[in-house]
Amino acid sequence: MDFIFYFGDVFSPLSFLLLLGGTVGGLILGATPGLSPTMAVALLIPFTFHLEAVQGLILLGAAYTSTVAGGAVSAILLKIPGAPANIATTLDGHQMAKQGQGAKALQLSFLASAVGGIFGVLLLIFLTPLLAEWALAFGPSHLFWLAILGVTVIGSLDSASVVKGLLSGCIGLWLATIGFDDIMGAQRFIFHPSLGGGINIIAALIGLFAIPQVLTMFAKGRRSAGAEVIEVQKHSVLDATRELLRRPLALGIGTITGSIIGLIPGVGGQIAGLVAYDQTKKFSSEKEKFGKGHSEGVIAAEAANNAMVGPSLVPLLTLSIPGSPTAAVLLGGLLIHGIFPGSDLFDNHPDVAWTFINSMLVGQVLMCLFGLYVAGLAARVAQVPQSVMAAIVLALSVFGAYSVQSSMGDVYVMACLGIGMYFLERFGFSAAPLVLGLILGPIAESNFIQGGMIADATIGKASYFLSGGLNIFLISVVVASIAYSGWMELRSRRYTTKEEAQA
Amino acid sequence: MNQSQHIFGSGVVFAVGVWVAWISYTQAPAEAFLFPRLIASVFVVLAGWTFGKAVLGLSKVGAGISRSLCLNMLPGLAVMLIYVFWAAKALGFYTATAIAFFILLSLYDPAPHSETRTWVKRALITACFVAVMYGLFALLLSVYTPREILF
Repeated sequence: MDFIFYFGDVFSPLSFLLLLGGTVGGLILGATPGLSPTMAVALLIPFTFHLEAVQGLILLGAAYTSTVAGGAVSAILLKIPGAPANIATTLDGHQMAKQGQGAKALQLSFLASAVGGIFGVLLLIFLTPLLAEWALAFGPSHLFWLAILGVTVIGSLDSASVVKGLLSGCIGLWLATIGFDDIMGAQRFIFHPSLGGGINIIAALIGLFAIPQVLTMFAKGRRSAGAEVIEVQKHSVLDATRELLRRPLALGIGTITGSIIGLIPGVGGQIAGLVAYDQTKKFSSEKEKFGKGHSEGVIAAEAANNAMVGPSLVPLLTLSIPGSPTAAVLLGGLLIHGIFPGSDLFDNHPDVAWTFINSMLVGQVLMCLFGLYVAGLAARVAQVPQSVMAAIVLALSVFGAYSVQSSMGDVYVMACLGIGMYFLERFGFSAAPLVLGLILGPIAESNFIQGGMIADATIGKASYFLSGGLNIFLISVVVASIAYSGWMELRSRRYTTKEEAQA
Repeated sequence: MNQSQHIFGSGVVFAVGVWVAWISYTQAPAEAFLFPRLIASVFVVLAGWTFGKAVLGLSKVGAGISRSLCLNMLPGLAVMLIYVFWAAKALGFYTATAIAFFILLSLYDPAPHSETRTWVKRALITACFVAVMYGLFALLLSVYTPREILF
């Protein structure tokens, strides 16, 4: 119950102002097609440099929460999911909007998001200390395997091709070794002065998430104007609340599915929304209404994608393993403020950890309140032509990367990584495992070296890294996640080939 | 995506993998390259696998780059490269941002180029955006950025 002691800190004037700003800004960013929560949070990190760690995290946490919810606005009114997490919302949400129930769909989505989100953060509050206590038993070999687990799980589950996903993770791990090594002080892979200090994580995050999006907008050419928005008629919030309460099945399935999926590293909001939608449809007594503008579809999808936000931070705060790409960006935000998440986070920085978590709880309520009233405005923002969006994101990326260390080298690194990532994405590689490799690389290497030293003095490297219950468990999870993803990939390919043959 | 694009893409990644492995195994001190060697070994194996699949025509993932996509992207990419690698430092951040922003808007804005009204609109959007950036970075966050011409 430690979190209660730090609840008041959320309401200090600056913290609350940042929470408000992050929430409203996040709703608007989320509603803008092409701006994913990960990219929005990455672009916001430079704005936190001049803030205290806790205030910076409040801003980032609020933006994370509300961009996921804000994505429902464009999903419902434009049929363009603001983020992948909102894909399931488009199925019934847009149909409702077309039938003149846009306001009702938006209200239901924000109310369901708040219920799911609050449940998810409560899970974060109660699960995190338990896991953090368990994580105290972790030694260097376990931390090494955990870092590898983080990269491989995201690499295998988040990518269309397991091998390309794992390869992306390898590229990230290699990029993390650029610069001077910590033990010998030797130069590694430095072929330009800009790389002398290694790759700055924030510049890299901005480049890897924002620049490919800018190039994608360029690639659409002059046809990429803002989409037509369906007009939103007025609808009573009270009626929407009654409707939500009449649909406990959709709300319950959405919330629970989202929370469970959030705990699994790498699975993400997209899967949470789609699984919740599918399960609700299976259990619903009105199956035939799904896909034709049924409120249960919107409720289940939105409750699920916001319920996964809190639990996706559990592995990050306890084991330093980000559960999602956005959590990886948040890890970058923590590291830049000198806070290293893990087992001792709650002992060394309880004020930062608990105030951040509490702010997410308050943020869910604010998100709902603002969402209900500024959804119309956010929808207007979604009409901004993509040419303007691309130019804005490019300039913000340059300023953001420069402001990390006032170095042009960081801007060059940001641009090179971003352009490289765009082409890699076109060839089936993904950014998330690459980013995780980059972030978890130093953790993996330091524990590998440290573990190696202990092993040399005791039982030998092979025994130290490959024996023991926890090591074997972690290695098994690494192997199982790769094998499972490989099997799923093979199965979907066989299914596609069979369908092609039948066609 | 055609096979040659798959071969080219995975070939570049494989070449990078071989280069990383070669450096990792040849540079001294060996202790500093212990971890890079571990990664490089896995990197080369996976990159080789991907390249092999591409050569055999078994690669399925990835949309590739079409001619029209390239043609659409090239002007924007060129402006971006000039902005990032030359103009931002040489002209100053705010001047370069204003110029790059206006050019990008003009290049990609679907509004007609023959109307004075749309040009005025683009100029106004650019001015407003640069003013917001100046307010945010120079005044609010006190971030010093290179200023060479005008401001």
